[in-house]
Amino acid sequence: MAKPPVITSRSVDVHYGDKQALYAIDLDVPEFKVTSLIGPSGCGKSTFLRCINRMNDLVDICRVRGDLRIKGQDIYAPEVDVVALRAQVGMVFQKPNPFPKSIYENVAYGPRIHGLAKSRADMDEVVEWSLRKAGLWEEVKDRLDQPGTGLSGGQQQRLCIARTIAVKPKVVLMDEPCSALDPIATAVIEELIDELRQNFSIVIVTHSMQQASRVSQKTAFFHLGKLVESGDTEDIFTSPKDERTQNYITGRIG
Amino acid sequence: MTDFIQPSDQLTARKAAETRFRWYGRAAIFVSLSFLVVMVSSIIWTGSGAVRTTEIALTVDLGPENVDPENLADTSYRSIWRNAMKERFPGVSGRRDLRRLYGLLSNDASFELEHAIAENPSLIGTRAVVYFRASDDIDQLAKGQLDRGLPEDSRRLNDQEIAWFDILADADAIARPVNWSFFRNGDSQEPELAGILSALVGSFMTLMVCFVVSFPVAIMAAIYLEEFAPKNRMSDLIEVNINNLAAVPSIVFGLLGLYMFLNTFGLPRSSPLVGGLVLSLMTLPTIIIAARASLRAVPPSIREAALGMGASPVQATFHHVAPLALPGILTGTIVGMAQALGETAPLLMIGMVAFIVDVPESIVEPATALPVQIFLWADRAERAFVEKTSAAIIVLLTFLIVMNLVAILLRRRFEKRF
Repeated sequence: MAKPPVITSRSVDVHYGDKQALYAIDLDVPEFKVTSLIGPSGCGKSTFLRCINRMNDLVDICRVRGDLRIKGQDIYAPEVDVVALRAQVGMVFQKPNPFPKSIYENVAYGPRIHGLAKSRADMDEVVEWSLRKAGLWEEVKDRLDQPGTGLSGGQQQRLCIARTIAVKPKVVLMDEPCSALDPIATAVIEELIDELRQNFSIVIVTHSMQQASRVSQKTAFFHLGKLVESGDTEDIFTSPKDERTQNYITGRIG
Repeated sequence: MTDFIQPSDQLTARKAAETRFRWYGRAAIFVSLSFLVVMVSSIIWTGSGAVRTTEIALTVDLGPENVDPENLADTSYRSIWRNAMKERFPGVSGRRDLRRLYGLLSNDASFELEHAIAENPSLIGTRAVVYFRASDDIDQLAKGQLDRGLPEDSRRLNDQEIAWFDILADADAIARPVNWSFFRNGDSQEPELAGILSALVGSFMTLMVCFVVSFPVAIMAAIYLEEFAPKNRMSDLIEVNINNLAAVPSIVFGLLGLYMFLNTFGLPRSSPLVGGLVLSLMTLPTIIIAARASLRAVPPSIREAALGMGASPVQATFHHVAPLALPGILTGTIVGMAQALGETAPLLMIGMVAFIVDVPESIVEPATALPVQIFLWADRAERAFVEKTSAAIIVLLTFLIVMNLVAILLRRRFEKRF
C-alpha cells in the first residue's frame, strides 16, 4: 500500500454544545476505494462524515477540534473556503432530496455555480456523463425536462448521485444512501457505488453490515463516539480484534 | 345470552357529550355566518340605491339668440337652463320659488349643458331635449327614500317641490340611468355629484408606495433573519419585537408618521407618499412574519442539498429556498396589502382626511383613500350620502375580497410542492 490516504483524520473531537460527540478519531481513508463507517445509532459515524465536508458548520453549537486533512491540506484551516471544499467533497444524503426542478437542472446546477461548463453543449455533455455514471441515463434521457421529484425513490437517489458527481469531486460522502429505498433499488445503488470507486474515493455511512461487507474495502466501527476499530472490511468482519466490534457484527449490541 | 357490547350510563353520557359538542360548533358557525350575512346584505341593500341616479329632461332653446356657434365661450349656459325651467313651469315667480325650482337640478347643470353641446354640436340652433342631473333630494324622492307622509316642515322638500316632481314624472321627464359618474367623479359637497375616483386613485398610489417600500425591506429582513442570522439572544429579541410591532394599534403608526415624516422630514402633508410610508410601517411586520413562516416551511433537505453541492449560502437561498417560499411570501404580502387598503386611522393622523375633489396626479399631491372617504361620507348629514357610503364600502370590500381570493388561489396552486 504505497498510495497515501486521501483523507487523514488525527485526534478529531466534536462537541455539540457541552456534549462531546466524537473522541479523538484517527482514521485514514484510502483513495479510489469505498470506506464504510458502521456502528449503532448515535455512535457518531454521521457526525464524522459531516466533518469531512464541513456540513457541521451549519450547526451553530457544533465545534470541531483536531487535524482533518484531505490530500494533505487542513480543511479546517481559516483560509479554507467551505464552498470550494464542498465542490471537492460531494455528499449524498439519507433521504433522496432532488431539487424541485427538472432532471437536467438538477444535474446542471453544480457545474453551473462552479463554472465548469462553458457552453450549452459542454453542459449537455456533463449532464449526460453524470447521468450515465449514475446509471440513470437510459431511464431518463427522454424526459430530462421533467421534474426530478417525479422519479421513484431509487431513481431520485441516483439523480442525487449524478448531481454530486457532476462537479467531479475527489471524495463522495454517502450518509445511509439506501435507508429509504427498497431492496431492489438498494442493489442497484450498491452496484453503482462499486463502479464509482474507479473515479472517486467514497465514504459511506451504513446501518447494514451486509451492505458494508458488500460494497466496501475498508470498514471503520464507531461506538459511543469512539473509533473502536478500522481495517480491511474482510478482516473486520471475519476476525475483529475488539470485543465490541465482535458483539456488534454478530448482533449482540446495536 | 347477553350482548357482546353492553350499553352503559357512561357510554350514553359520552355519546351525548359528543353530540352536544357538535351542536355547539354548528351554532357558533351559524351565529358568525349570520353576522356576516346581515352585514353584507344591509350594505348591499343600502348601497344598491347608488347604482342609479335621477335625471330630469328639459327642452332647452339653443337658438342663435342664446348660443353663438362662433363664440361658444360667451354662452350663458346658466340662463339657458333656467329659462327652460321657467318655460316648463310658467306659473312660478318670485325669488324664493324660482330658487326652489332651479334647485331641482344639481349645481352642475350649467356644466352638463356645456358638455352636452360640446359632445353633440349639431344641437346648436335647435330646441333640444337635454337630461340634467337632479339634486340629491329629488333623487331620494325618486328612489322612494323620502316619506311624503311627514309634515311639510320636517321634510327636505316642500309640497310645491314634490308637486313639480310629480308633474315631471307624469310627463315622463324623469330618467334613472346607471350612475357611472360615481366612478368618474371626485368627492363633492353635493351627494348627487360625489364619486370615489379621487379616493380610488389615492388608495392605489398609497398602496403602491406601501408595496414598493415594504416588500423588499420585509423580504430582506425575513431572509436574513431566517437563513443567515445566528440564533442567539439578539435574534430572539428582534423576533419578539417584530411580533410586537405587528400588534401595535395602527393609530400609533399614524402618530409616528405625523411626527417623523411630516414634522421631522417635512414631507408633503396628506400625500400618498406619506400615507404609503406609514402603512408600510404597519405591513412590514405582517410580511416579515409570513415570509419567515414560508421560508421555514421549505424542507431543510433542500438547503442541505444545495450547500452540499458547494452552493454558497446566498446561492442556496436565492436559487432554491426563496423560489420555493415565494408563493407563501406573496400570499403574506397580499394579505398585508389588503390590511393596508382597509386601514383608516393612521391616514387620518397624517392629514389624508382632507376634502379632495381633484384626482391626484402624483404621490406628493394631497389625496384621500377609500376607507377615509367612507369615513368622511358617513359623517355627512345629507340623506343621499348614506347610499354613497354603502356603495363605497361595496367597492372597498370588492377589492379586499379579490385580493384575498388571489392570495388563497396562490396558496392553493403552489402549496403541494414537496
